[in-house]
Amino acid sequence: MATSTEAKVAEKEPLFGKKEKALLTDPLLDNNPITIQVLGVCSALAVTSLIYPSLVMAVAVVFVCAFSSLATSILRNTIPKAVRLIVQLVIIATLVTLVNEALKAINYPVYKQLSVYIGLIITNCIVMGRLEAFAMANKPWRSFLDGIGNGLGYGLILVVVGAVREIFGKGSLFAGSGIAMNIIGAGPQYWIDTATAGQWGNTFFGWYANNNLMVMSVAAMFVIAVLIWIQRSRNPKLVDIS
Amino acid sequence: MGDFINIFIRSAFIENMILAYFLGMCSFLAVSKSLKTAFGLGLAVIFVLGITMPINWLINEYLLVSFEVEFLRFIVFIAVIASMVQLVEMVVEKFSPSLYAALGIFLPLITVNCAILGGSLFMVSREYNLSESVAFGLGGGFGWFLAIIAIAAIRERIRYSNVPPALRGLGMAFLLTGLMGLAFLSLSGIDPAVFGGWSPAK
Repeated sequence: MATSTEAKVAEKEPLFGKKEKALLTDPLLDNNPITIQVLGVCSALAVTSLIYPSLVMAVAVVFVCAFSSLATSILRNTIPKAVRLIVQLVIIATLVTLVNEALKAINYPVYKQLSVYIGLIITNCIVMGRLEAFAMANKPWRSFLDGIGNGLGYGLILVVVGAVREIFGKGSLFAGSGIAMNIIGAGPQYWIDTATAGQWGNTFFGWYANNNLMVMSVAAMFVIAVLIWIQRSRNPKLVDIS
Repeated sequence: MGDFINIFIRSAFIENMILAYFLGMCSFLAVSKSLKTAFGLGLAVIFVLGITMPINWLINEYLLVSFEVEFLRFIVFIAVIASMVQLVEMVVEKFSPSLYAALGIFLPLITVNCAILGGSLFMVSREYNLSESVAFGLGGGFGWFLAIIAIAAIRERIRYSNVPPALRGLGMAFLLTGLMGLAFLSLSGIDPAVFGGWSPAK
């Protein structure tokens, strides 16, 4: 008897149970904000020509998404319905301003590269969408997890697209950061030293002629289209009939 | 005047908001299923971009910069955009109920269209003056209108084609936008200096 009530209490509010785990993992694949819900595509495409800025952007979105969900969820019972959009916008804009100033101080070159797209997190539909659909109706802890999950789902696509575009566009990975390395392209070699590798190194590395199409922003459209194709072929339930 | 036409053509065709910068993709993909609604949204975007851009320019120049509070830019810009959209909605409802009915739900949705905020942020980072930012607003809006109309017409036709099931709908929309972006890239060969004395500082 005692054990069953204990179990019930434990079931009622587990800090990190199955549901909480689902909040984090669902948006990664089957309910991905970009490829399934079609939210937040705007800023996703323009920053992904290199993997390093995509990573920075992903971290920024996870931060903004998580903490705006938390704040909105705490305030959800005090916000009047008529002005809720403005309140949400102010919360998001404040967080984005924080991210913007922090990035400007920490890493100025990446800040320059991302230019207006950090500011555009404000109008990123993922953040607004999660606030409206989830945080306004759920408790703070779960909203926080939901925010992290959706931010990660967005970040995953960003990093995958960034990696594909950088490998085929420049033949490198993480260009511009401390751990820059060349995969197949010519240029300064961090991954393997061609001078000591001799003929063997010249045969396998540095032969790739950069494909400028992948550097252009339109390539992101094709990469995402292929991702959608793969995802929906694997899981036909996701196919949209309209 | 040369500058005005010049920037208008640059922002409408060469540096198209959707096809070169991907601003406003969310509503672009969601609303481009039928030509009629795409037309309404496109008109509303031209309207709001053309109005918010000079207002944000004035606020940025005379309030934010002169009092050195540029870090408030995001909050102020989004507040201006949200209230302008509300104002435009009320004015249109009062004076032209038919246009209001045609635009319908798209007017309030424009607040969270990245193209509007993105336009204002680009205006600041490119250091446009007042008339240039009006040209940029109208030209950017016109380019957005053009792109959504074109994609909506193609999507209406492609519904009758035999597309692989996994690519139907969203996947096809992405591919089409990519191809259209490629086509628009060919316009980047135009030298805008033909339309006026100014040429891009590159």
